[in-house]
Amino acid sequence: MYNRITSLHLDVLKEIGNIGAAHAATALSGLLNTKIDMHVPKVEMVSFNEMMDFVGGAESVVVGIYLRIEGDAKGGMFFILSVEQANHFIRKLIHDDSFDFRNPPVSELGLSAMQELGNILSGSYLSALSDFTGLKIYPTPPGLTVDMFGAIISFGLVEVSKIGDQVIVIDTTIYEEHMGDSETVRGHFFLLPDPDSFQSIFKALGVS
Amino acid sequence: MDIAKSPNSIRTSGLGSCVGVILYDESKKVAGLVHVMLPDSKLGRGDTINVAKFADTGIPAMVDQLKQEGAQLFKLKAKIAGGAQMFQFTSNRDSMRIGPRNVEAVKQQLKSLSIPIVAEDTGGSSGRTIEFDTITSILHIRTVNQGVKEI
Repeated sequence: MYNRITSLHLDVLKEIGNIGAAHAATALSGLLNTKIDMHVPKVEMVSFNEMMDFVGGAESVVVGIYLRIEGDAKGGMFFILSVEQANHFIRKLIHDDSFDFRNPPVSELGLSAMQELGNILSGSYLSALSDFTGLKIYPTPPGLTVDMFGAIISFGLVEVSKIGDQVIVIDTTIYEEHMGDSETVRGHFFLLPDPDSFQSIFKALGVS
Repeated sequence: MDIAKSPNSIRTSGLGSCVGVILYDESKKVAGLVHVMLPDSKLGRGDTINVAKFADTGIPAMVDQLKQEGAQLFKLKAKIAGGAQMFQFTSNRDSMRIGPRNVEAVKQQLKSLSIPIVAEDTGGSSGRTIEFDTITSILHIRTVNQGVKEI
């Protein structure tokens, strides 16, 4: 299904990840009043099993925001944070140092702040993507959960799995500058376009 | 799809909307695991269909493999787990409730093959890691908030 994708196409997808994550990082930086850095995006074609091994493996517990993208291009989008980093962000946002996603029942205020954070960051990622491509895309309201990474990410593979056993993932990571850069503090944006939507994206950017 | 024989166990981690279907023959101490991602192979739109990931094709394929390993169809039993709804959405899109649809399809397929479901832990909103012990025929299920349970 992906046999006509060239290295030029992959570069274009990287640029999408770059622009999206840069806008999200700027939004996050403004919200938390801290410096946010990002990595050069990775665009990879991986098997479902390989996808499960991202972010510390299928069983690692993470905070996940998921939304579907509808419109001219369709796909799934995830914002995945380690529990440690999510705690840190939310504590800062709601001024409550005792907040902890690991201690259910988690406070409504904290959950709602996380939901809103997900809204804002995915919104800035997607509006940058829409501006860049000229495609009209609409996010569904994001869902939030704290669970095993594999269980979360498999939701984004449902549409892809109807067509094949591999997925193209646009992976951008952001991190707080003063926290340093390691897997435990990274936030990942995963954009998983539906296989049918690559042509619309490439066409919009003149590389079809 | 994997098969394990005594004394080995068989395991899959991080099941969300997918359903783990264990088919086993207690007397032969052999078990197979099908990792169902989608309810129906009619949903497949690719050039080639990977039978393993659909309920209606993966389960019969596993039954065939187990027969080759010496299991007998009338002795096969099933334990199933998974099919969670990880995210609560207002949208009613079918793909959003893929977990419950997978569970339904698995049950229907097992019924049509007359394989009894001995135990199940399905639905809910939590991811599961499951491990089946071929010696005891116990399925261990681990979730993030509820620890480990056995069915």
